[in-house]
Order: sequence, then structure tokens, then C-alpha cells
Amino acid sequence: MKKIVSIACLFAGAALLAGCPKKNTTVEPPIAGSQVAGSANPNGEGASTSATPLGGDSNGMGGAQGGAGPAGPAESRIIYFDFDKSDIKPEFAGIVTANAQYLTAHPGAKLKLEGNTDERGTREYNIGLGERRAQAVRRALMLQGASENQLTTVSFGAERPAVEGDDESAWSKNRRVELVYAP
Amino acid sequence: MNKTLLAAAASLACLLSQSGRAEFVVEVTRGQDNAVPIAVVPFLAADSADASIDAATVVSSDLARSGRFKTMDRKDMVEQPHVGAGIGFDDWRRLGNDYIVVGQMLPQGPDRYTINFELYNVLTRQRLLGYQISANRAGLRLAGHQIADMVFDKILGIRGAFATRIAYVSVLGSLPHRNYRLIVADSDGENPHIVMQSNEPLMSPAWSPDGQNLAYVSFEDRLPSVYVQYLKTGERRRVSAKAGVNQAPAFSPDGKKLALTLSTRDGNLDVYLLDLTTNELTRLTDDPGIDTEPEWSRDGQSIYFTSDRAGGPQIYRVGIHPGDHPRRLTFQGNYNARPRLSPDESQLAFVTQQDGAYRIAVMDLNGRGDVQILTKGQFDVSPSYAPNGAMIIYASRDHGRGVLAMTSSDGRVQEKLVSSEGEVQEPAWSPF
Repeated sequence: MKKIVSIACLFAGAALLAGCPKKNTTVEPPIAGSQVAGSANPNGEGASTSATPLGGDSNGMGGAQGGAGPAGPAESRIIYFDFDKSDIKPEFAGIVTANAQYLTAHPGAKLKLEGNTDERGTREYNIGLGERRAQAVRRALMLQGASENQLTTVSFGAERPAVEGDDESAWSKNRRVELVYAP
Repeated sequence: MNKTLLAAAASLACLLSQSGRAEFVVEVTRGQDNAVPIAVVPFLAADSADASIDAATVVSSDLARSGRFKTMDRKDMVEQPHVGAGIGFDDWRRLGNDYIVVGQMLPQGPDRYTINFELYNVLTRQRLLGYQISANRAGLRLAGHQIADMVFDKILGIRGAFATRIAYVSVLGSLPHRNYRLIVADSDGENPHIVMQSNEPLMSPAWSPDGQNLAYVSFEDRLPSVYVQYLKTGERRRVSAKAGVNQAPAFSPDGKKLALTLSTRDGNLDVYLLDLTTNELTRLTDDPGIDTEPEWSRDGQSIYFTSDRAGGPQIYRVGIHPGDHPRRLTFQGNYNARPRLSPDESQLAFVTQQDGAYRIAVMDLNGRGDVQILTKGQFDVSPSYAPNGAMIIYASRDHGRGVLAMTSSDGRVQEKLVSSEGEVQEPAWSPF
């Protein structure tokens, strides 16, 4: 009593392979061109205004980013947070004030607040926590005079750590909001 | 615009064909105590050329990987029958086998094979299965998975889920120049295909109920947006890119809606329902806490989700119709998140925090709501059920690297999927 089972065993996309070039002739980027436009100029001489600096790029670079925002080292564009917290610690109040003053004085300036978390917990909930931190900085800036339309928030959750590692020394460097001025 | 899209789709399909090598090694770190002993005899191949793809190995590996079978090592097989008439049942019984699978592979023409296989009960000598499968060369592994599914089902009375796929995110390179890939592979990790790649993060793959589409979150526009991609062609549609957060997509059981997380200007995250045909958006939750990680009930009438409205994240359930109030489900501990419903709705899997460690737990939905913690890692997250409910795949960390792991839904079987390169995370098991 044999049953005939016939299966069209073509894996997803295999049907289109009939006319495919063999290997790596022209590999176009996936739809929607997801490549980042170049990487930041490591010398950071203020010339790389076309590239949006990645958070990691600015660590330890020392030079000021681009020409926008108050003068100061890269560290002055990052606010760190305690675990599971989104309140701004007193030691970062100065950063908030300096940037609020800059924004007040430059009404055309636009600032993006990028919220991040450490890797612990679920990824999607961490997106929420990162957003909560970015919002805390946003509110603090607005309280000190920045206007709403100068500020946008984005959360990367745990997806863009500044430092890799499974311990507190790495985690403490990842729980952060980065202040990124539009060029 | 259409021409570019078509050309890009074609080369994406070519991209799909690359990387044929195995990306994972699966280790069963803990098998079931009363595993069923079975011998899967190498299938007789008509000539030596056919022996290069050994469907019997796929069958044997699948059964062993389930943790519920103890498969006989082929080097211990003195005889290799390929039909029932050739089986010396007493010998196989003496070697400890309860069941035996025999078969042969016959070429039928250029790039076409027929596999005949049979399953016998060694004790009763009764033939339990006898089938003929036709496959091309590219489909021989799939044929092996389908045979394993039939054997699994026949012996255990549970539908097999070997002929299924997993989607996951692979991260290569180191900061700040990471490359992210969304990959779909067979459930054993073989045959990985790159569905999408980016220099910006990719997250939250979610299968449509028909297994033809993947929704996911991409940061390629420098903010998290939700895409739905048709796997056969690579065509995709950006379905949500509102300012702020667009996150955590989940297809409704009829495939027509997406539950997802959006944020208001003030950063308030809530769960919304998006009609994929009309683009109509309905708000489902509305409170100042973080509401996210939606999961549909099987009848499409309720949503499970994570909310920290009570302080820390807990799991709630709410009906999709206006006026229904969310009901809290988890009460043990300060952190319970990322709900996933078992296919038969008997169980809810989620991430719980225990003594600082994040672990996969399951709650019994039929009884008193007992919670059992299934895993023992420090960073176990992202649970996803196999479509037969027997196994849960999840993300973990091993020696500082992101890895995938599996646990049976009762915790008795534990497995690790060790990737050859980079980090892997965010697994999602396909439907049947």
C-alpha cells in the first residue's frame, strides 16, 4: 500500500536561479540601499559633514564633531545612566545646560537624542527604555529653553552598544543618550 | 522605479543562493531519559554518485536532535538492509533498537530522485510506514526532513517540525563597523539564505502565518521602521515609519493585520493594530508606561503584551475590541516580558528575571498558571515556539558570544546551536 508523495522541492527563490549569474558577478546592494554613506573621517577635522557619525565613532576620538553644537570633547555629547534608570544624574547637569544654551542661542540648530541601553533584558522592551532616556534628556533641554522643534529622539535600545562585553564595565558605557547635532 | 526594483529583486534572489555551507553545529546538551532507540539504516543508492547526498543522515540527525530518540551509530550496523524483507529483526532487537528505518534512493532522470522508505517496529515486525518521495537534488535534504517528520509523528503521536525554517539575525564584525544580516535557514541550521543585510541594526523577525513573508525592524533609515518582505522574490514594503519608534511586528492569525509598537511625540510606547490592506491604524493600549512586544491569541481576538505600567515589565492580555481592559498575567518577580503563545495555547513562554539572570519560563494556561523556568543561562531571551509546540528556540550568550539554543517545552531536552562565525540572535521559528 504505497502512497505516492511527490514534492516540488525547490527552496525559496530557487525558481529564479535558472538565469542567475554563477557567483558574485554583479551583487547589487539589497533593495533600499542600506549601506551607510561612507564612514566618519577618523581624523574628525570637522570636514565629514556628509556622514552621520555613529555613536561608536565618537568614542575616544577627542575632536569636536562637525561644526554644530557647543564646543567640547566627544564625551560632552554623551549622558550616562544607572541600570534601569532614566533620570539624569547631577554630574551630567552641566552637559544639559551647555546644550540647552547652545540650542537657545541657535534657533536653527537641530539635535537628535539617541537613547541606548545595556544588553540585558528583552530587545524590544529595551527599545522602550532607550526612548525613555532620550525623552528624559529632551524634557530637561526643553525646561532650559530648547524648543520642541529642535529636538528629535530615537532609540537604539541594546542594538548599538558603544562597548562590547558581558560585564558592568561595558554595560555602564552602553546605558547612554548621545547628543547628535544635524550638520 | 519598477525596473530597478525588479533588477534588485533578481540579484537579491541570487544573493539568496549564496552561502550553502552549514552555519551551525547543533549539540544536544541534555536528552530525554526515556529516548526511543531507533536505527536509520543508510538508504541504498543506485550508484556512488547518489551517495553524496544522504537523506538517511538527515533523518537520523533530525530524530537525534529532537532529544527524544536515541539513534544507532551507522558504524555499528553490520548489515544494511534497504527493504523490509531484508531485515533480520532478531539481530536489530539484540542491538537494542525498537524501530528501524530502511530505504533506497533511485535516480529518475537528470536531477530527479525517488526515495522509497519504510518504518518497522522491530519488536512486532510490523510495517508502520511505507512511502515514496520524489525530489530534485536541491530538495533531498527537505525530503529527509519530511521523512523524519513522518517517523516522529508515527512513533510519538506528535506532528514533526523538522521540515520547517528558522529566521534569525546574524551580526558580523566589531564596533563600530558591524554588518547585520537577516537569515532564513532550515530548522537544523543548514541552507542559510540571506534575506536582508544592512550596516544598521535589524531586529524582530516575524513570520506571516503562511510562511511566505517576514516582517522585521530595520534601522536603515536611521530610525526603526517596520518592513514586510516577500521571501520568494525579496520584494518588500515599508509598512510603518512614523517618527519615533516602529517596533515589534506580529502578524494576526489571518495574516491581514500587524500588531506593532509605536510611540507618541513624548515617547509613550503603545501597542497598535495596523490593517495591511487599508493601512488603517487602531490604538490598542493607552497608558504612560512602555507597552510593547505584542503576541496574538490563536483566534485573533486578544493580544498578549509586555507593560511596565505597574513599575517593572509584566505580561498582560487585552481583547482587541474597544472597551476591553488589560488583565495582568504574571505576578512572580519584577521582570516578565516578551510573551509567546504555544501553538495549542496551553502554555505561554516569556523571559523572566531570576536572581539577576534572564531565563526562559513557561506558564501553564490551562491549570492554575504554574510557572516553570526552563533554562539556566544568564541572558536567555527571545523565545519562539516550533509550530508543533515541542521545542522553543531562544537566544543566549555563550563565552561572550550571542548563540541560539533550544529547550523542549517541558525543559527536559536542552540544545545549543553553535554558529561558525559572528553572533546570532532574535530567532523566529517558521509556521508549518
